[in-house]
Amino acid sequence: MIALTMTTDALDENWRRISDRVPHMRLTQLLAIAVPPVAALALVLGVSGALLAAVVVVVAMGGSGGLTYAFLLARYRAWGYREREDDLLVRRGCLIRRVSVVPYGRMQFVDVIAGPFERSFGLATVRLHTAAAATDARIPGLDQAEATRLRDRLAALGEARAAGL
Amino acid sequence: MSVPATDGWVRLHPLSPVLRGVRLVIPAILVTAQATARGGSTGIRLAVFLGLVAFGAVAAMVSWLVTRWRVDGGTLRIETGLVRRDSRQIPLSRLQAVDIVRPLLGRVLGLSELRLRLAGSHHGDARLAYLAEDGAEALRARLLALAHGLAEETPAPPELPLFQLPTPRLLASIALSGLGLTAAALVVVAVVVVTVSPPAAGALLAPIVGFWMTGWRRLNSEFDFAVAEAPDGLRLKGGLLETRAETIPYGRVQAVRITEPLVWRAAGWCRVEVDVAGQGHARRGDQEGVRVTRALMPVGSREQALALVARVMPWPLPASTRPPRRARLKSPLRYHFLAAGFDARSAITQGGRVCRATVVVPLSKVQSIRCVQGPVQRHLRLTTLHLDTAGRNLHAVLRDRDAAEADWMMGELPDLCRAARQR
Repeated sequence: MIALTMTTDALDENWRRISDRVPHMRLTQLLAIAVPPVAALALVLGVSGALLAAVVVVVAMGGSGGLTYAFLLARYRAWGYREREDDLLVRRGCLIRRVSVVPYGRMQFVDVIAGPFERSFGLATVRLHTAAAATDARIPGLDQAEATRLRDRLAALGEARAAGL
Repeated sequence: MSVPATDGWVRLHPLSPVLRGVRLVIPAILVTAQATARGGSTGIRLAVFLGLVAFGAVAAMVSWLVTRWRVDGGTLRIETGLVRRDSRQIPLSRLQAVDIVRPLLGRVLGLSELRLRLAGSHHGDARLAYLAEDGAEALRARLLALAHGLAEETPAPPELPLFQLPTPRLLASIALSGLGLTAAALVVVAVVVVTVSPPAAGALLAPIVGFWMTGWRRLNSEFDFAVAEAPDGLRLKGGLLETRAETIPYGRVQAVRITEPLVWRAAGWCRVEVDVAGQGHARRGDQEGVRVTRALMPVGSREQALALVARVMPWPLPASTRPPRRARLKSPLRYHFLAAGFDARSAITQGGRVCRATVVVPLSKVQSIRCVQGPVQRHLRLTTLHLDTAGRNLHAVLRDRDAAEADWMMGELPDLCRAARQR
């Protein structure tokens, strides 16, 4: 039996992980979103004389930012994918755990997407589409070379095993 | 008959612009009424009305002039559009279903609309509006023959009736549905309110009309509903003012759902719906957007339902088992109905809170398998499995299974699905 890891937490050696640059990217994203408003608020408070309030705001936001980062790290560790002979497995999520099985023959097309953050870290997201709208198989934070390899392999396998609706 | 144009291209029926133009009369009246409300002489009103009608007539005429279609080998080609030419090629092997729709005025004029449902079409269904009645039926037989890879001239095969809905039962089922009961309750409330304080009753008018309109729509679409079996697919027919005849080719059914609402269960009734592939992006104002799944049987007994399901999926249904008792903590309202099971051919799941819903999905139609485990489920060692299909809105959910069992299923199901696809 294949342990599909709903009962186990650890990813064994069969699973591939996403790039280890993802935590850096997540940190950058977090800072890009959180720093400007917090800095602005602290500045306003500091200038208007409420120095204590400014310090409290910075510490509180720093603490919640740290918690958020810890959560994002846990999510990063949960991502994994595995190319089997006939299908692709994708697992993700730390609070709500999901495992998707997408047979190669069911793939309609494969997308490689890279947003500005992903691009600046040399990463990309591979997304699989089947005829079912509910299929939710995407793998973010792949090395661009790995994303291209995966896309080409999936496309080739999909063509070889295509099945009608 | 349709007007032949050059080299195999055919125009739509010459009366089509009339039928399309008439649809514009009611909006024209509304606009004119609005102009009247703002004040204005009779002359202006008449001019606005006539202008709108003339515009509609010209638009419908032009649209008819520039639209043509032909069957070319295994594809149907439809060309339309004056400014922006739109040429659609429809590979008939991808055909998911064919409908013949006859609006009331169309029946008077002897015209029908042909709708072709395709998988993954973002532009809605392909339509030929309108064709002569016998021409539409002949074309449907031709398209279905081509879709099944037969010769184009294959005549429409004979039909074997499977199910006929008696009108009294349809009326009773609408009255006893949540819709009918709410409408009745609203009427009672309205009567009480009218006797107590008449001015407040006006507020109730809109919901009452809304509910009665929905009920009327169901009656209009499901009146005299009949299912017949033909070698090229299941034939569904029905309608009071506007009639529809749908054909679902075999092997195109993605999922079947049997629903048993609370009140209906007392009478032993249920409803059967089928789902075919498609993206469900209906055009705005299209009835199709409201009615996404098709009723295979609007109302009938459980035996009739199972007999119909057996026609769509000609193999025995798998046995289902119930989730562990601890699932009651996670799904207290639906635990009493929860059950699921699968075998080599199909998966069956049962759920619902008040209304029991049974979904059957052939494993050969499963697009992807997902298992999801939320924090509460993890604590209770439960997992939910989803079997996604290409259908518009039905897919099987094996809810709150034991985690170890779900792991086992996740190991088994991909192989079973692959075997079912290759069968």
